[in-house]
Amino acid sequence: MSETFQLDGEDIPFAPGQTVLQAALSAGHYIPHLCYHPEFKPHGSCKVCTVKIGNRTAASCTMPAQAGLEIESNTEEMNALRRTLVQMLFAEGNHFCPSCEKSGNCELQALGSDLGVMTAGFRHFYPNRPVDASHPDILLDFNRCILCELCVRASCEVDEKCVFALSGRGITKHLVVNATSGKLADTDIALTDKAMQVCPVGVIIKKRVGFAVPIGERRYDQRPISAQALDDAPRPPSGSGVCQACEE
Amino acid sequence: MANTEQKKIRVATTSLAGCFGCHMSLLDIDERLFTLLEHVEFDRTPLTDIKHCGPCDVGLVEGGLCNAENVHVLREFRNNCKILVAVGACAVTGGLPAQRNHLDLADCLQEVYVTEISLHNGLIPNDPELPLPLDKVHPLHEVVKVDYFIPGCPPSADTLWKFLTDLLAGRTPTLGVELTRYD
Repeated sequence: MSETFQLDGEDIPFAPGQTVLQAALSAGHYIPHLCYHPEFKPHGSCKVCTVKIGNRTAASCTMPAQAGLEIESNTEEMNALRRTLVQMLFAEGNHFCPSCEKSGNCELQALGSDLGVMTAGFRHFYPNRPVDASHPDILLDFNRCILCELCVRASCEVDEKCVFALSGRGITKHLVVNATSGKLADTDIALTDKAMQVCPVGVIIKKRVGFAVPIGERRYDQRPISAQALDDAPRPPSGSGVCQACEE
Repeated sequence: MANTEQKKIRVATTSLAGCFGCHMSLLDIDERLFTLLEHVEFDRTPLTDIKHCGPCDVGLVEGGLCNAENVHVLREFRNNCKILVAVGACAVTGGLPAQRNHLDLADCLQEVYVTEISLHNGLIPNDPELPLPLDKVHPLHEVVKVDYFIPGCPPSADTLWKFLTDLLAGRTPTLGVELTRYD
C-alpha cells in the first residue's frame, strides 16, 4: 500500500521521489501547469502550478510529495492567482492568437481559456522582438516566448547541442541562439531534435506545415487542457540528462 | 414574458479599429435575431445608421483604438452605456491592427503611402477631416473601464448568443471553456 496525500479532499498515491504535481498527474488529477514537461526535471519557474498547503503556497511541480499533506488546488483563490499569472504572460509578449499557427496546440492559450481568462487586464507591452527566419526549415518567433526554458533544457540535456539559452535579467531576459551570429541557421539544430517538440507556445515553428491540421481540429480544440492530465504524467527522459558538449 | 409593455433593453454597437467581422458574427445568429429583437432595441449601430448614442443599457464595441476618433466614440459609449462590452480580439487585445505597435508610426505611414513599391507619386493623406492616428493601437480597457470581454476573432454567433441571452436573463455572462476562444 503506497502512501497518499490529499488533493482537494481526494487521496492521491505517490511513489518515493515524486513531486506533488507528478503524483497528481499520474493519478489523472489535473493541476494547471505551464513550464513543466513530463520528460524533464521540474523547474518551478512559471508558478502556474502553485497550490495551497496549510497557510503556505508552493509550486506543486517541485514540492516533494509527503504522506498526509492536505493540499488545495482547484479553489477560486488558487485559480485567481493562476489567472493573474497567465494574464501577465499575455500582456508581456505579443500573443496574437488569430494569426498564430500554434493556435489550438498552444498550452498558454489552452490554459487561459480553461481558467476563464477573458482579457490580459494589464497594459500590453507590445515588445519589439524580430523573428529569426534564417534557418531553411525552422522559424523562431520570439514574440511568443514565455521563458519556460524547455527548449534550453531539451537542446542541452537530450540533443546535447545547447542551441538555446536565456540571456539578461528581469524584464530584459530573453531567449538567445547559441551561435556567434546569433542566427539559428548557424547552429546544428535539426528537425528531429527534442528542442523542436517541447515549445508550449508558438516560438519554435517548423516551416511549411503551419495549417496542415486545420484550426478547430487541434489538440485543445478536441478536449480542454484540464481533461488531458494523464498525458502529462511523468515518463522517462529520452536523453542522458547531461550535455557532453557542456561537460567538455 | 407576456408583458409586452416591458421596456426593451437598449443596445448600441460600433466598430472602431475592427473589420466588422464581429458585427457579421452578430448577424450570424440568424433567425435568433427575431428573438433578440423581442427583447432589445438598437440605438447607435451600423444597423440603424444612428450617428450618436443616447443613454443605453448595453454597448457592444468591436475593434481597438487606432485613431483619435476611435477614442471619442469609445468615450461616448462609456458615458452612455451602463454595461460596456469589448467584443472580439481587437477590442480585447488590440488584435491585428496592434501588430504595428513595435514599429514607428512615421515609418509605417512612409512605407504604406510613399515608398511602397507599387505606388506612383505616393502621398501621406493629410486632409484635416481625417482623424489623427494614435502612436500605438490600444485595447479598450487601456482607455475606459470595460465591464465584460468576449475574446475571439470573431467570437462565434453561438458565443455572442450565449453572452447576450445570459445578460438579458439577468445572469452574469459565462462562456465556459468551449466558447472561450482567442482565435
